[in-house]
Amino acid sequence: MKQADLLIIGGGPAGVTAAIYAARKGLDFMMISRDIGGQAALSGRIENYTGCQVVSGPELTARFEEHLKKFSIRLVQPETALSLTRDGGRFRVSGEKDAYSASAVIVATGKRSRLLGVKGEKEFLGRGLTYCAVCDGPLFAGRDVAVIGGGNSALDAALQMSRIASRVYVLESSGGFTADKILVNRLSAAGNVEIYKNASVIEVIGGRFVEGIRFSAQGKESILPVRGVFVEIGLAPNSEFAAIASRNGKGEIKVDCSNGTDVPGLFAAGDVTDVPEKQIVIAAGDGAKAALSAARYLLSL
Amino acid sequence: MKNVKVYSTPTCPYCIRLKQFLKESNVVFEDIDVSVNRAAADEIVDRTGQMGVPVIDIEGELIVGFDRERVKQALGLV
Repeated sequence: MKQADLLIIGGGPAGVTAAIYAARKGLDFMMISRDIGGQAALSGRIENYTGCQVVSGPELTARFEEHLKKFSIRLVQPETALSLTRDGGRFRVSGEKDAYSASAVIVATGKRSRLLGVKGEKEFLGRGLTYCAVCDGPLFAGRDVAVIGGGNSALDAALQMSRIASRVYVLESSGGFTADKILVNRLSAAGNVEIYKNASVIEVIGGRFVEGIRFSAQGKESILPVRGVFVEIGLAPNSEFAAIASRNGKGEIKVDCSNGTDVPGLFAAGDVTDVPEKQIVIAAGDGAKAALSAARYLLSL
Repeated sequence: MKNVKVYSTPTCPYCIRLKQFLKESNVVFEDIDVSVNRAAADEIVDRTGQMGVPVIDIEGELIVGFDRERVKQALGLV
């Protein structure tokens, strides 16, 4: 069991910023994280992070890492928190590798891609089904593919694929696109895109690789023969392990304006919280706030 | 020195991170852009049974994705 006054869980913009503030405050703290950069590392072009006119996700992540490692930080990575409990005024976190005990905790574990939850999804992951169009898209050049979702990331993926794939099917389930108008217009203008509204995927089918999807639309079941399935149906918070804090209907941890939760000593920051906007700059700012709030809390003990 | 090849695409963040890691570790590697090299793309899909990048080939041992620990081990950097 490793001990510290403060434990920071997560290494995205919120967690890294919290660690930098905690280091400068001279707090006795530890950080555990699956990776550095989180979702931000997966962004293509970032054009709205103050001080960086244009920066790629990997570049910004490298800068985060460089800034973080300027301090001598007790970092366990990769490590995933599995449970968080409170016992006699101290928090206990069980991870995949080790257990941790701290007087205060900052949860900054961000979000992950939401799953379709259909048959064949797990089986064909990496064999034609992907959650990262920007990564694997080029492998499907000249093939027919399906994009599942109707938001900005789905339409981004569909537009990207329309330039290199043979035919792109877009299946959205809510009767209309929630993506920005500019993207919807671009999609309508693309010649090789077919849109299915109110469509729900039933199964991903294939052999060694994906060969198609079975779906229903307007009460009718059909099969689309595709080699690629791009799942872009939004994000889910990595908050299951932190169920001791109150969460909203989406599973996001509820925080006040100081990033405190309803459990004294437990703070949360970034995309895992119910903060209305999910932005890198907002997550970083909230990470700073959470660290300062945690420092104040530790002083009061 | 081990024979190392990286199959990647220019837009894939994990590919960029893998290559950064190799450069920082002073590992010399051949970088194959599968978004323009169709034959190489088909070859790695066939050899790995997976449709994903990056793929790193270390003396014939294939690792899909950026798995820092496994890459370190295969390179003998541990």
